[in-house]
Amino acid sequence: MDQHQNGFDPAAVAAIGSRLKDRPGALMLILHEIQDRFGYVPRGAAPIIAQALNLSRAEVHGVATFYHDFRHQPPGRDVIRLCRAEACQAMGAVALAEHVRGRLGVEFGETTRDGAFTLEAVYCLGNCGCSPAMVLAGELHGRVSLARFDELLAERKEGRR
Amino acid sequence: MLSKSDRDYGTPPRTSDRLVTLEVDGREVTVPEGTSVLRAAALADVAIPKLCATDALEPFGSCRLCLVQVEGRNGYPASCTTPAEPGMKVRTKSEMLERLRRGLMELYMSDHPPDRAACAGNGNCELHAMADVVGLGEVRYGGDGRNHLAARRDASNPYFAFDPARCIVCSRCVRACEEIQGTFALTIDGRGFNSVVSPSQHQPFLESECVSCGACVQACPTDALIEKSMLEKGVAARSVTTTCGYCGVGCSFKAEVKGDEIVRMLPHKDGMPNHGHACVKGRFAWGYATHPDRVLRPMVREGTSDAWREVSWEEAIGCAAKRLREIQAKYGLGSIGGITSSRCTNEETYLVQKMVRAAFGNNNVDTCARVCHSPTGYGLKTAFGTSAGTQDFDSVLHADVMLVTGCNPTDGHPVFASLMKRRLREGAKLIVADPRAIDLVRTPHIEAAYHLQLLPGTNVALINAITHVVLSEGLAKEDFVRERCEWPAYELWKKFILEKRNSPEVMAPLIGTPADQIRAAARLYATARNAVIYYGLGVTEHSQGSTMVLGMANLAMATGNLGREGVGVNPLRGQNNVQGSCDMGSFPHELTGYRHLSDAATRGSFEAAWGVKLDPEPGLRIPNMFDAALDGSFKGLYVEGEDIAQSDPNTHHVAAALSAMECVIVHDIFFNETAKFAHVFLPGSSFLEKDGTFTNSERRISRVRKVLPPMAGKADWEVTCELSTAFGYPMHYAHPCEIMEEIARLTPTFAGVSYEKLDRLGSVQWPCNDKAPAGTPVMHIGQFVRGKGRFVITEYIPTDEKTGPRFPLILTTGRILFQYNVGTQTRRTANVVWHHEDLLEIHPHDAEQRGVRDGAWVKISSRAGETTMRAQITERVPPGVVYTTFHHQSSGTNLVTTENSDWATNCPEYKVTAVQVMPAAGPGAHRAAGQGADARAAVDR
Ligand code: SF4
Ligand code: SF4
Ligand code: FES
Ligand code: FES
Repeated sequence: MDQHQNGFDPAAVAAIGSRLKDRPGALMLILHEIQDRFGYVPRGAAPIIAQALNLSRAEVHGVATFYHDFRHQPPGRDVIRLCRAEACQAMGAVALAEHVRGRLGVEFGETTRDGAFTLEAVYCLGNCGCSPAMVLAGELHGRVSLARFDELLAERKEGRR
Repeated sequence: MLSKSDRDYGTPPRTSDRLVTLEVDGREVTVPEGTSVLRAAALADVAIPKLCATDALEPFGSCRLCLVQVEGRNGYPASCTTPAEPGMKVRTKSEMLERLRRGLMELYMSDHPPDRAACAGNGNCELHAMADVVGLGEVRYGGDGRNHLAARRDASNPYFAFDPARCIVCSRCVRACEEIQGTFALTIDGRGFNSVVSPSQHQPFLESECVSCGACVQACPTDALIEKSMLEKGVAARSVTTTCGYCGVGCSFKAEVKGDEIVRMLPHKDGMPNHGHACVKGRFAWGYATHPDRVLRPMVREGTSDAWREVSWEEAIGCAAKRLREIQAKYGLGSIGGITSSRCTNEETYLVQKMVRAAFGNNNVDTCARVCHSPTGYGLKTAFGTSAGTQDFDSVLHADVMLVTGCNPTDGHPVFASLMKRRLREGAKLIVADPRAIDLVRTPHIEAAYHLQLLPGTNVALINAITHVVLSEGLAKEDFVRERCEWPAYELWKKFILEKRNSPEVMAPLIGTPADQIRAAARLYATARNAVIYYGLGVTEHSQGSTMVLGMANLAMATGNLGREGVGVNPLRGQNNVQGSCDMGSFPHELTGYRHLSDAATRGSFEAAWGVKLDPEPGLRIPNMFDAALDGSFKGLYVEGEDIAQSDPNTHHVAAALSAMECVIVHDIFFNETAKFAHVFLPGSSFLEKDGTFTNSERRISRVRKVLPPMAGKADWEVTCELSTAFGYPMHYAHPCEIMEEIARLTPTFAGVSYEKLDRLGSVQWPCNDKAPAGTPVMHIGQFVRGKGRFVITEYIPTDEKTGPRFPLILTTGRILFQYNVGTQTRRTANVVWHHEDLLEIHPHDAEQRGVRDGAWVKISSRAGETTMRAQITERVPPGVVYTTFHHQSSGTNLVTTENSDWATNCPEYKVTAVQVMPAAGPGAHRAAGQGADARAAVDR
């Protein structure tokens, strides 16, 4: 489990907790901030958050696993977020998803062996006009054909993007 | 899983003055406003299919199986979340409804193990019952879609297993843990198809926050969460309603039995103390009752160095009676006596004191309650006129402020703690006055407004300071005092309390709590609409135990917090029948119902009934018995169901006293420490093996019913009868109900109690008589039992047990959830996985000063003796205070406690001992000397 905790800093989590604990919706705010900070919500964060908010660990865990936004493992160096909602589906997102999984050799929610890419599903990126859509390393791309995906991936790997 | 015999109305009852009449399938039914359609239908005997709803929990509306049609409305609302409305016309059956329900059930069943015969619910499983109700023949989807059937089973908890493959994710367990138990140990991990029940962070139950109360197991509609005992033994054939033999909550249980074997103990839905809830001890830790360590044959021996001889009952009883008679002939009438137990039934306790008074002809009878709650009896009787708590448990649901002091409800009285927590989550405020940060100070969704972390031994200083604030800031309710209490006594007391030396500012340095906190807490208590006090042994086991009880009574009277729901002064009793054993005349100076021996009329009624003359002079208390034994005037003792050698303070003194006696008769289910000093051993019967009654902390008398035959052949009450008869005073009862008849005849507060009534009403709270035929949940309404409430001056006198250079720390003691008192029972169950040794809690500061490391052995020494245990470094205790539990005999906690005691009642001062703590190389010598109670080396078989 330890390798999943890389970058985890209990003191930083505690500091985030005590800074936000009295705000409305504190739990979500804290989880988001931890994810922003570490790229994921480390397992060891739940007891600290629970302590700060006077919740049980179970409650924190339940919320953290309910929302797709939260990762429970450190992501790869880059995150690929592929839209799987209606508009994109209508424009070939199913085939694209199939293609991407094959190319990367991972399922949604997983990270490639070399730690380079994490594949995630999203439901609508607000880019329906240019379906199918995806985000690669924080950048939004529309009309992603299979070939276009390969191109973007190669560019990224070679450091051209 | 409940048993089929428990009726489930689907959603909890509502109380409302307004009633609503509606029609369900053409039947008219009237219910309180706020009642769900599902419950209303159930009340009209219309069973609507349901899965996620159960009447122990708030409705959730997730399974949709309970959908109905309402005339004039569109769609199919879930009846569990739809409130009944006036004039509503509900249809629960139609072709459409049936089709929808069947479709839903099909989805559930397609992801459930297909082999119905393998369902451990065997007829009690709600899922399978529902499949039948909706007429689900076969599942169309087959079993090969995506499903959860391969999910891993979790058997980490010693008492129950969780099989996710059988889980329908109805969240009943999650909600039970939250709403009923209040621990919040469960959640749903993930969402949609991926959702699974998760203890804490998707961990095995044993590693999670779970405290093993079993509420989730009971709430589960399938066999996903199930008692292991049920998996092993199958479904029970019959069930017997009885009362838990552990703590003073006195939960009602259904003992489910198959043949002569208990399958499980299921908390009784209609049980008044617990409303269907329980804790890990009563629910699961009953295995001790049939443990191989049970002694099943009577034994005798000449001297304590001789080997034991197993003999017949007749010989053992004859020998005991003969020796007691010989001692009396030689040393005088007062040279023998008896000790009753808070573990035994009321009837048994009554018989022991009757034997001492009528057969032995003296009043040398006392009870182990001496060592715990005697100051309660004294204090509350003096102030209000009754030696008992003022409220029923449910009264807490009306409290706005709770003052919790000297008790640790989540560990000591878990089921009542769950009720308290429910009220606290609803918004009641909490003040904790305790040297240690007990769980209630801060636990999920509960946070004390104030934690007054007083030093052990300063209770009276604190209560005086709190009361000083109330009076000096004009917060007293003098109208109440004028009407209900003795005014002149109040004025005298008021003058005393208002003296500057009782102010928080002067007292704070002694108490160790900041004055402003004391002031704030006092204001919170005094200005609440309803404020209530709960306390435990942290109050009574002090040299000023009785004074503190009086101090709390003063505070409650001065603020008008008595005589209605939501208020009062309430002891939480340690053992199951502490209240009962005190009620039954166990004390040397009192007959049943706390009536003094010197009262000729009372004495006369007993003399007439028993046909003997009674000695009007009080007999010896336990500590006096020991002293008298040491000076040679007390030589024979009958001890029923108590391990005085282990649980009484200052073990060395007790051992010397017992060794000086010529005949010690121990009557117990295990060969305990005291038995090492005994000459006759009489095997006892557990609470499962006899009929009788227990009286819990709220004065509630509940039936104990024989579930199994006595393992050693005789129930304790039968043995006492035979001993008395052999001694020369014949005692014959055909059944314990006859003993209760006698008690009722001789005791005004019990006059209306009978087994017939207990069977009818389930339980009653004394006083139960012509004025209150159904019993008395809340006492002192309109008037105190003694007439006018009495204020008593409560001068703070520091204990003689002072810290100094040699013994600079204060040791105080308590207990934890999984073990029970000296552990005789719980150590013989799987509960040891949670707690296998007593630890010494010490503050990081004190630990560092002494070079004590976490988990390392330390030596604890006091003026009385020394012992060793492992240290646990924690900030739960303040600097200067160390804390331990006393569940394990090998810890020898009472080797270090002293013989100081309460001035009024001799209740020992377990809670304050000056000690030194030093690192030790390993366990001390007393540990090596065999593991005590279990070492029955000298038995000759
Ligand atoms: S046994 Fe009790 S504490 Fe444990 S998960 Fe179930 S309900 Fe919660
Ligand atoms: S709370 Fe007390 S009476 Fe209730 S089950 Fe637990 S030990 Fe028994
Ligand atoms: S559906 Fe894919 S971007 Fe909106
Ligand atoms: S019982 Fe009503 S929705 Fe489940």
